[in-house]
Amino acid sequence: MLLDWLLPALVVTALALLVIGAIRRIQLWRAGQPEPVKLIAGLMAMPRRYLVDLHHVVERDKVMSNTHVATAGGFVLSMLLIIPVHVLGLESRWLSIPLLIATALMFTGAIFVYRRRRNPPARLSRGPWMRLPKSLLMFSASFFLLTLLTSGFLPESFGSWVFTGILLIGVVFGLSEMLFGMGWGGPMKHAFAGALHLAFHRRPERFGGGRSTGLKPVNLDGKLGVAEPKDFKWNQLLGFDACVQCGRCEAVCPAFAAGQPLNPKKLIQDMVVGLAGGTDANYAGSPYPGTEVGKAQGNPHQPIVDGLVSADTLWSCTTCRACVEECPMMIEHVDAIVDMRRHLTLERGETPNKGAEVLDNLIATDNPGGYEPGSRMNWAADLDLPLMADKHDAEVLFWVSDGCFDMRSQRILRAFVKILKAANVDFAVLGNEERDSGDVARRLGDDATFQSLARHNIATLGKYRFQRIVTTDPHAFHVLKNEYGDFGGHYEVLHHSTFINELVEQGRLALDRFKGGTVTYHDPCYLGRYNGEYESPRALLGALGIQVNEMERSGYRSRCCGGGGGAPITDIPGEHRIADMRVDDARKVEAETIAVACQQCTSMLEGVVEPRPEIRDLAELVADGLIVETAESTTPAAQPIAEEVH
Amino acid sequence: MSPDSFPNSLSNPDLKVASLISVGQHPKSGRARRASQDARAVELGLKMTGSASRLIHVGGGDETGLRQYLGMGLPEITLLKADGRADAVPILASYLKEQPADIVLSGIHAEQGEASGMVPYLLAEHLGWPIVPRIADIQKVEDGFAEVLQALPRGQRRLLRVQLPFIATVDNAAPDARQYAFGPARRGLMNGVAVYAPVDEARLDWQENPAKPRPKRLNVVKAKSAADRFKAATAKPQGQGGKVIRDGTDREKAEAIMELLIAEGVVR
Repeated sequence: MLLDWLLPALVVTALALLVIGAIRRIQLWRAGQPEPVKLIAGLMAMPRRYLVDLHHVVERDKVMSNTHVATAGGFVLSMLLIIPVHVLGLESRWLSIPLLIATALMFTGAIFVYRRRRNPPARLSRGPWMRLPKSLLMFSASFFLLTLLTSGFLPESFGSWVFTGILLIGVVFGLSEMLFGMGWGGPMKHAFAGALHLAFHRRPERFGGGRSTGLKPVNLDGKLGVAEPKDFKWNQLLGFDACVQCGRCEAVCPAFAAGQPLNPKKLIQDMVVGLAGGTDANYAGSPYPGTEVGKAQGNPHQPIVDGLVSADTLWSCTTCRACVEECPMMIEHVDAIVDMRRHLTLERGETPNKGAEVLDNLIATDNPGGYEPGSRMNWAADLDLPLMADKHDAEVLFWVSDGCFDMRSQRILRAFVKILKAANVDFAVLGNEERDSGDVARRLGDDATFQSLARHNIATLGKYRFQRIVTTDPHAFHVLKNEYGDFGGHYEVLHHSTFINELVEQGRLALDRFKGGTVTYHDPCYLGRYNGEYESPRALLGALGIQVNEMERSGYRSRCCGGGGGAPITDIPGEHRIADMRVDDARKVEAETIAVACQQCTSMLEGVVEPRPEIRDLAELVADGLIVETAESTTPAAQPIAEEVH
Repeated sequence: MSPDSFPNSLSNPDLKVASLISVGQHPKSGRARRASQDARAVELGLKMTGSASRLIHVGGGDETGLRQYLGMGLPEITLLKADGRADAVPILASYLKEQPADIVLSGIHAEQGEASGMVPYLLAEHLGWPIVPRIADIQKVEDGFAEVLQALPRGQRRLLRVQLPFIATVDNAAPDARQYAFGPARRGLMNGVAVYAPVDEARLDWQENPAKPRPKRLNVVKAKSAADRFKAATAKPQGQGGKVIRDGTDREKAEAIMELLIAEGVVR
């Protein structure tokens, strides 16, 4: 019978083509820079990473998650059984019945894929992806029926030439999509590249419930950032290839929503064009807003900027990490964007708009505004703050941050000092010894300045004894906690929301009930997604008797205020302002006050024209609600000032 | 770096532009940096001849400050080695006689040290070249002449035709210097040249004190409308209450000035 030799031949040919394609693809990744990975341990950990960690992300969309489990599980099982049944010709009900079940399962899943593709949301790519459900149906149905035929479940008369012929066409169609396409850049590439991406992920700490959000340092004696696709680490290139173009990143990207020329999905696809060579003419998803598709072209050895992507695309990102959080393939968009920014800043000197000025100020004065370094304590001239230089030893080191130069942020700082004093916390500040944490410099791509600031701060911190650092700035919090470690600075760092909540839980603060009406809470990206702190701010608001009216996008899905990643400095024009969209979110839940936990968010949201909800930092809300037992007005007026102020 | 678009850089590829650079001092932190006016001179040099324009520095070679000029995309600095007591003028004059340039650019005055602003003038005198102070741009170089745009107070400009070679000081009205980048700053060369560096004898006896900010008269705004304010900001100052003394002896003129200074409270 024809099937006896043709079917095995087809499967073997498809498998062989898959292997050849896969080897070619691996060669493309190997054009990237070396990065050591744990080869065996990574491969061993891969199934768990796929079944647990990745599934957690996919599961946020229940229907799609079940669809994928059925389709992918059915396919993997089918392939494992097709080889013994149809290639090796083993005839056993123990094999053929499971194969029937597997293909039926896959068929069921494929029907759901098909249904979703009938009227796909804008975030999904079309093009070859529209073909995929048909291929899935074809593959599963053909093999189901063929298995019925060959294992004698059907009467012999069914096996007419016409019927077998039709089935064989289905098999060819299905195999070329599922196996040939997997190795040669079809939609199924995601299964092969995705599996290896999970095995050799650049941030293995992210699996098993961990978190890894700090940027990786640049070796300042080596290549500075990424100019061409080949300058990425090889496993970053591999990661780009894992993209399934589901567009979840696009749906959450604040810059995309604001009409700025960034679409995380398109960016990753452009990187794929870069690593494989060619143009973006075949891209069938949403473009970068305001940019035509089809003009970009590149290859591994050609500069990325102004060939593949425009610089404005890279500078539109607020590094809010919403895309990374949402990506079911755990691709690291922000790392890639910052890598390319590093080249623009460190090699080309092309940081747009106020970027150059801010970096220049950071180099010359250690603060982005170019203020006199000796005036860091002016905001606290009347507060008599204890200085580390005098005390040398304190329980809490209060990291003031550059908020000290900004009059709005000073109100937050002063509120926090009031809380510290009310709770009798043993604290001290660095005063003029403190420098910018380096957050902005690093996100603008200037890792040289970041590293210099970090080393100076670490040296300063090394002179003193303290148990923990507390700061009101989530950006400084993130950098101190997660990015100073690479330079030898390991500290226990707390955000003020966590710390104040601790004080409340310990009963060191007595709080009145808040009387200001409805409140919503805006999660800062660098506190929430970067550091997983969603609970303390809400607990603290609860302690004030506030029932939080949650916005639709809150917690890990919080929408950025638009103030991160140096975005207000590079200021790439769009159709809307991100902050306006965020305040609209708050208006939808009829909040009269937006509680924030970040001075950056405060200034972004307060920049929205009135009427709008009032913007209050957690520290301000708590300071207003403090019940002070003894009359505090008796503090002596003539205290020696902590430091001479100019 | 984008290709430099100076219309004459192609038609006149032999044009030699050199910028004199000094180590600047940040006004707030006092840290060494590229001097802001010198950096504008370098920017103008880059515009005219791209990375072929030369940088010349006399001194010991303070790395951080000087490397910022290299970070603008120039391959090297010619470092004429001299210690802090040396007089830069004869060193520069003899170097420029050996390695001639068509246009020498500098800032108006240094940000630290003597900062008298005399170097370009003395250098022009030594070399016998014309000097054009406070320029905003060089628009054209043709047939041995340059069309130079000179900056005058209150945003006014004057177009001058100057014969090469000449020295020009670059005003703050010239385009801002481009961003400097870490990579090129790190790679650029400090090309040290040993030169004869005579000590500036006159300066040895001087005492240096930090400068104190001069008192500033508060400006009383009398304007009632935006048009008035605009006029006040742009119009040439009309001498108010002063007098022009053309005749009379030097003594009488000096006495008149002294009287005014006492009346204004500058001299007590």
